[in-house]
Amino acid sequence: MSDGFDPYVQNGGTTIAIAGEGFSLLAGDTRNVNGYNINTRFMPRVHEVGDDLVVGASGFEADALALVKRIQQRIELYHDNHDRKMNAQSCARMVRTLLYGKRFFPYYVYTLVAGLDKENLGEIYSFDPVGSYEREWCRAGGSAANFITPFLDNQVNLHNQYIPGTNGAEPKPHRLLTLEQAMKLVHDAFTSAGERHIEVGDSVLVKIITKDGVETRILPLKRD
Amino acid sequence: MSFLELTEPWGKPSKNIFFPTSNGVQQNAAPVNSRTVQPIVTGASVIALKYADGVMIAADNLASYGSLARFFDVERLTKVGNNTIVGIGGDVSDYQHLQRILEDLEIKESNHGDGYALQPSHIHEYLSRVFYARRNKMDPYWNQAIVAGVDGDEKEPYVAFADLRGNTYTAPAIATGFAIHLALPLLRKVTDDDHWKTLSKERARAAIDDCMRVLYYRDGRSLNKFSVATITADGVDFQTNQSVSSEWAFAEKQYGYGTQEV
Repeated sequence: MSDGFDPYVQNGGTTIAIAGEGFSLLAGDTRNVNGYNINTRFMPRVHEVGDDLVVGASGFEADALALVKRIQQRIELYHDNHDRKMNAQSCARMVRTLLYGKRFFPYYVYTLVAGLDKENLGEIYSFDPVGSYEREWCRAGGSAANFITPFLDNQVNLHNQYIPGTNGAEPKPHRLLTLEQAMKLVHDAFTSAGERHIEVGDSVLVKIITKDGVETRILPLKRD
Repeated sequence: MSFLELTEPWGKPSKNIFFPTSNGVQQNAAPVNSRTVQPIVTGASVIALKYADGVMIAADNLASYGSLARFFDVERLTKVGNNTIVGIGGDVSDYQHLQRILEDLEIKESNHGDGYALQPSHIHEYLSRVFYARRNKMDPYWNQAIVAGVDGDEKEPYVAFADLRGNTYTAPAIATGFAIHLALPLLRKVTDDDHWKTLSKERARAAIDDCMRVLYYRDGRSLNKFSVATITADGVDFQTNQSVSSEWAFAEKQYGYGTQEV
């Protein structure tokens, strides 16, 4: 009898992270699915792990929760061993080792880590399921990533936008977003993705990191 | 393993590790490896919902052997302490093992003798971890479980799900198996938008009965004999041998179902 047990299942979910001047935000929808069924309308996939760091994980929910728990435990150990707050760069490297540690039976999770760097700029790292990672200003992960990424390319990184009147000669220069601008984009990204992707909906949980700590906001979405 | 695979090694000592040969003696004994690859005797759906004073959970008393309705007296709701019920569908042998595990947990906890009792959220966390650990060894407990009870000092209604892969979630109404398609829409109608907070015990029980009736009509692996447990701040009310009314007489006149008269 060959192997009839598939240890993985797709629970859906999409996450977005945007970094700016003085803030970084990590947003994720709260719908948990299994195929065409909705398991629950509120299952957060964006978690605070301590030290004003936020981790967003989507894909296979059991692996995602196990990974986040391990990150939280490792951060507590870091406090015991190094007697200081963990920064985002160290946390990102640690997450990579956690993921690659299961290279041959992976955590089926797309991970995002958000924090604030020493210059008070938002710091975001994105990972693939086996630990490949880099720092970015903007990233969408999870099931609707393919819908949202082009939108973010155009609105955050101003791809294919030119200064009016230059006849396409001068591309718009790169600039960092304010928190209000980023929140508007996140809201639009999720409502649009929710219109076209069955796994996106119900509500969005946003965690915003500033020097004052982590703030949580919940935006409602259509439940269809 | 087939009959031949099981009986063929008899009388054939394995010397081929020292003297490799291709006739007479048994070749490379297959490693004795035991893990669950498919459920055999199975329980079907479990349904649960929150209401104003607590939670209600129900499951029928059938254990099927594939398409054979094999055992009619299986209790698939298990009491864990005075504030939690665990309802389990899926493989019955794995369910019986989980009952043992939960009992051991309760014993260990009561041995502390400190007056603290395990809460449904603790039972759920423990069960999820057990499921996930077995999933990581590719040898799952082939079950879907609903943990229902009243949680903490505030006796908050609590309903949560855990399955063979370690997946977990909580919601005001939860179902497993076929009931996800047939019963959950009915349960969500009375619990959505925080409506469960003002739902009476009678309306909750009516919703449960409605769902069990639909399951009896439409699930080919169901039985009209089930148990319902209600958990409130006052404890557990366990009702067995429940059944729902059903109408089948219309089928007599339905073309294809009844007898044909010309």
